[in-house]
Amino acid sequence: MASETLAIRDVDAYYGDSHVLHGIGFALQPGRLLGLLGRNGVGKTTCMATIMGFLRPRRGTISLFGENVAGLAPETIARKGICLVPQGRRVFRSLTVRENLMVAAQTRRDSAKPWSLDRVFALFPRLQERHAQMAGSLSGGEQQMLAIGRALMGNPRVLLMDEPSEGLAPQLVAEVGRTIAQLKAEGLSIVLVEQNIKLTLDLADDIVIVNTGVVVFTGTAAETKANDAAIAQHLGIF
Amino acid sequence: MQFWIIQTLNSVAFGGLLFLLSSGFSLAFGLMRIPNLAHGGFFMLGAYLGATIVSVGGNFWVAVLGAGLGVGLIGILFERLILRRLAGNVQGQVLVTLGVSFIIADLCLMIWTGDPWTLPAPSELRPPIRLGGFAFPTFRLVVLGIALVVAAALYVLMDRTRLGAMIRAGVDDMEMARGVGIPVSLLFTVVFSLGALLAGLGGTLGAPMLNAYPGLDADMLPLALIVVILGGAGSLLGAFVGSFAVGFLYNFGIALFPDLAYFILFLPMVLVLVFRPQGLFGRVAS
Repeated sequence: MASETLAIRDVDAYYGDSHVLHGIGFALQPGRLLGLLGRNGVGKTTCMATIMGFLRPRRGTISLFGENVAGLAPETIARKGICLVPQGRRVFRSLTVRENLMVAAQTRRDSAKPWSLDRVFALFPRLQERHAQMAGSLSGGEQQMLAIGRALMGNPRVLLMDEPSEGLAPQLVAEVGRTIAQLKAEGLSIVLVEQNIKLTLDLADDIVIVNTGVVVFTGTAAETKANDAAIAQHLGIF
Repeated sequence: MQFWIIQTLNSVAFGGLLFLLSSGFSLAFGLMRIPNLAHGGFFMLGAYLGATIVSVGGNFWVAVLGAGLGVGLIGILFERLILRRLAGNVQGQVLVTLGVSFIIADLCLMIWTGDPWTLPAPSELRPPIRLGGFAFPTFRLVVLGIALVVAAALYVLMDRTRLGAMIRAGVDDMEMARGVGIPVSLLFTVVFSLGALLAGLGGTLGAPMLNAYPGLDADMLPLALIVVILGGAGSLLGAFVGSFAVGFLYNFGIALFPDLAYFILFLPMVLVLVFRPQGLFGRVAS
């Protein structure tokens, strides 16, 4: 059980009175990339918010290497190694690029090859060029790089990425895709929430499809590709 | 000519004092999203504490420091023991700060009575400085100088340190700041008690001009609110510009149109609230 990097079990979450997640559950294995798919508004972002501690689950467990983190404060969860690239990027607009990265820096004893400013700048040379610029004045693609870099500065044991391709030009989507593939190749365990099904199927090892707050399909990426019915029914395309 | 020069100097000196009052108030407002309505009480408490330390034979500058540290300590206790328990309940927090402001006012009345306490400026600063045929009140210049030094120190803290960047990140997006592991509860304590400390210092430094009297809290709190609304909550630059703007409006308003002083003071606040609710330099829409 503790071999799972991140395991969500029977999680119920509400926004006010509205019941958004109904006993949702899935597990991320070490070094793998799990793609979380579903139509708009089925609870994918709520799921990320719940894992991150922005939203308290009413029921269920969220365990990180066997330790239940459900109900902890976001800053505690972040320090335990769950790092989020949020939907809409949410960079700190009035901080410089460099400051955005510095405030998120965390050291972890168990990370063999820790992330640093230099490593993030090596991954995104563009950010180095703009290190003294206010984050709010960056382009959308640059803000996305910054949001990813900021999450990496926390030396994640699990990286949650919520729609990193949203609102980007096709060329930039491909670039984000290459970055994700590179991070996965380095052994990072990743949950990728996406609307871009093709991108997700290309990158992911495992796929979980969510519909109205429940998991309706779990399988490997290859199984998903072969299962046109599931895709058509729950994602409504092709 | 003399009138304009002296009034200008008074305005800047008062602006400096307002900066000591409002800078911490604004930072806490921007970060914690609540106006600390006990902040005027903190200022008054600083004035009384300083006057008391001097009345028992203490040096003026010891009194300034003592009042700052004393009120700063009260700020730490208030934030840790009371506000913290109401985390997430913004309405409750605001009401608690209002309640505490009344408690402070009543305690001050009980301890220091209803008669004003005067606190003379330190004797070495009483003779005016003569420059170009004009006599400038030395003490006010020194208060202005202290405010500028504090402004510079706060600028370095906010703009050049990781702690300052974390505070600004919290002002920008509190939830995301927590999501990247920033220990916001520690920041709350630091910023809130820093604001209390500066208000305490300001209370003693202002006492030679304003005295310490019942109602000083209620006179100062609206000024801090105007500064923050003009400048924008959480913006140090906004607090700086806003303090001097209010210093001028207040002084010249009273000197030239005494009947309209409050109108002149509050009209810009209303206009800013209507047309630019985040303040002139602010980022948080309040």
